[in-house]
Amino acid sequence: MANMYSKGTKRKFSDGVDNKAVAASYSLQRQSLLDMSLLKLQLCHMLAEPNLCRSVLIANTVRQIQEEMAHDGSWQVVTEALGGSGHGPSDRLVDTEVLCQSSEQQDGGPRLYSVMGYDGCREEEVVTDKALCSVVVGDRAPALLLGTIGHCWDRGELRVEDGVSKDSGTGEEEGTKSGEGAKMATGQVFGTFEIKNGAPGSDPALEELFSDVDASYYDLDTMLTGMQSAPKMGPYDFLDSLASSHGSVSNSSCRADLNELDHIMEIIVGS
Amino acid sequence: MGEDTESSKGNHSFLRDYVTEADVISTVDSTTQENLLATGDKGGRVVVFQRETVSSLLPPTSSHLLSSLLPLPPLLSQPKGELDQVGETGESGEYNVYSTFQSHEPDFDYLKSLEIEEKINKIRWLPQQNAAHFLLSTNDKTIKLWKVSERDKQPEGYNLKDEEGRVKDISTVTSLQVPVLRPTDLMVEVRPRRVFSNGHTYHVNSISVNSDGETYLSADDLRINMWHLGITDRSFNIVDIKPANMEELTEVITAAEFHPHHCHLFVYSSSKGSLRLCDMRASALCDRHTKLFEEPEDPGSRSFFSEIVSSVSDVKFSHNGRYLLTRDYLTAKVWDLHMEKGPVETYQVHDYLRTKLCSLYENDCIFDKFECVWNSSDSVIMTGAYNSFFRMFDRETGRGVTLEAWRETSKPRAVLRTRRIYTGGKRRRGDVGVDSLDFTKKILHMAWHPEENIIAIASTNNLYIFQDRVSPDTQGPDLGSDTI
Repeated sequence: MANMYSKGTKRKFSDGVDNKAVAASYSLQRQSLLDMSLLKLQLCHMLAEPNLCRSVLIANTVRQIQEEMAHDGSWQVVTEALGGSGHGPSDRLVDTEVLCQSSEQQDGGPRLYSVMGYDGCREEEVVTDKALCSVVVGDRAPALLLGTIGHCWDRGELRVEDGVSKDSGTGEEEGTKSGEGAKMATGQVFGTFEIKNGAPGSDPALEELFSDVDASYYDLDTMLTGMQSAPKMGPYDFLDSLASSHGSVSNSSCRADLNELDHIMEIIVGS
Repeated sequence: MGEDTESSKGNHSFLRDYVTEADVISTVDSTTQENLLATGDKGGRVVVFQRETVSSLLPPTSSHLLSSLLPLPPLLSQPKGELDQVGETGESGEYNVYSTFQSHEPDFDYLKSLEIEEKINKIRWLPQQNAAHFLLSTNDKTIKLWKVSERDKQPEGYNLKDEEGRVKDISTVTSLQVPVLRPTDLMVEVRPRRVFSNGHTYHVNSISVNSDGETYLSADDLRINMWHLGITDRSFNIVDIKPANMEELTEVITAAEFHPHHCHLFVYSSSKGSLRLCDMRASALCDRHTKLFEEPEDPGSRSFFSEIVSSVSDVKFSHNGRYLLTRDYLTAKVWDLHMEKGPVETYQVHDYLRTKLCSLYENDCIFDKFECVWNSSDSVIMTGAYNSFFRMFDRETGRGVTLEAWRETSKPRAVLRTRRIYTGGKRRRGDVGVDSLDFTKKILHMAWHPEENIIAIASTNNLYIFQDRVSPDTQGPDLGSDTI
């Protein structure tokens, strides 16, 4: 397994029958690496102050995996095969709604995540805070890659209370003094987390993902083993609840989907 | 797994018998004058060692902090790699504890509701200008300038105070005397002279004293500030790579250093494996580099871990100022300042880990930050590895040796023998298998004496000091035969 990772070889699905098992295995391994990375990111915000370098490296790894998954066509094939997403065949993987922190966009609705763009639409932004990365497949909605990456950048800056307006315009924040940490924190927040209500027009998969979440705060101890302290911020509890549901639900759904994908590929390739 | 993820106050009772969390050495620096060596630990303490110039057979003063300080076992790699016992009469002095002080205390940021660890991230000595020694020590947020001075005389014979310093009753004074200075036992005083606070939002990872002797830089994950040693309420921001939108953050600063001779040049390394040389004469804010050193990625060996292992954990200028030494997870590289397109030398530190990256990612070892150092003549480079091993590479021959800093195998004055990692082929006695490496014993911090072949290796809570007995003052240690 380690060898697979270190070589990083890509297997195309269309390489032939023999490679399919290998490809599926590689995909599973890649998925598990993705899950591991996301778990690491979620644990970030539990610590006194997360190590920014480590978080950035993990986040970049997650993004790389996501990009490769997108490139492999895992996402696209699935969405197309399952009824067509209505989008162009190649250009845009995802109907991206970029999560902006500007106060104008404070609808209060759930944020959909900017995802790995595709080809020309490559988003520069790291997959944004709020949600977990999961393969939301199963219907014709654009495959959403939800990423937890951002939230742990600056736990220190994440003291966003409900209703505090976040303004990315406050990018011209602090001087060199960090005394005004709190002031600039809001503008730079990663991980202000707002998904509590259903999105207008959100796809059923998204609903499904969030369906078992309620607004109450979760006790982290029940979610993540080994965690001693309760989270200081309510919004992150939600994140962790997603972690567990993600762990249990999405994993299996991802793998099931990948198996389904194999099946679909067989049909498409006409083997 | 790494130090950063463990709280220094955690319940690590299973470790208590063995090593106290707070005793873990987190940085080492060495200075020329007076042969002083300073270590900082996770508990915010700094211990300064001094090398005795008179040969002495006294046992080293033990302290609970460094209970296994070894007095200068000579370092000499015999061609056969055998262990040799050397006689007791060493010419050189031993390092003894000179002073201990608490540099930083745990702090609390009330605005962010976060603890600020007292762990000392870096210590740097200032070039000596008078009888006293100055060092800078930093934790995540605050840098402090400490003055270490000796006092061996004490005024005695005050008229108005008695021996204990209590004010005398004037009516008892019948005659006047002139206070005189009398020699007393040597006392080492350490006093904080400056506190440079509130300069950093993120964690300070490097400090570097400028060759002008007046300024220094401090670098955190996203910014580099320049300070004047005499001014604590202002600092000058010289690099800022923080994106306007934090969501776009993909790269952080991992280390920074001033050029040893040119006070306007400094270099900083990034988590993507690039180095940027900046000239402060070009502009006030050096966001645009003067030179960018980057090795093009080998597409054939790309993996999900490529970026992580390319992240530079340490960067050091050579003493002559012509080269840069960098350390990433698997290699150490030497760069020529005149050639930006790639390193001139690459040394594999522990290439046998390349196939284990996934496990190392899982246990977080892949994020360990190893330091690297030059010897005084820039002919040898040294860096740490796992299993208490550290590696030295002779630049002229390209060969490397693996040595071990481990109490059980190093007796005082014994010769260090080379170690080998078994990766296939004929297995020799004493070879260590890759799977039996202890990843909790990591050699992250080290220092090489600026002029002599004396090295200090920090391993968890122990400090090992080695000296090259054969050629203490010359070019490089005789590395003998090598291998991995």
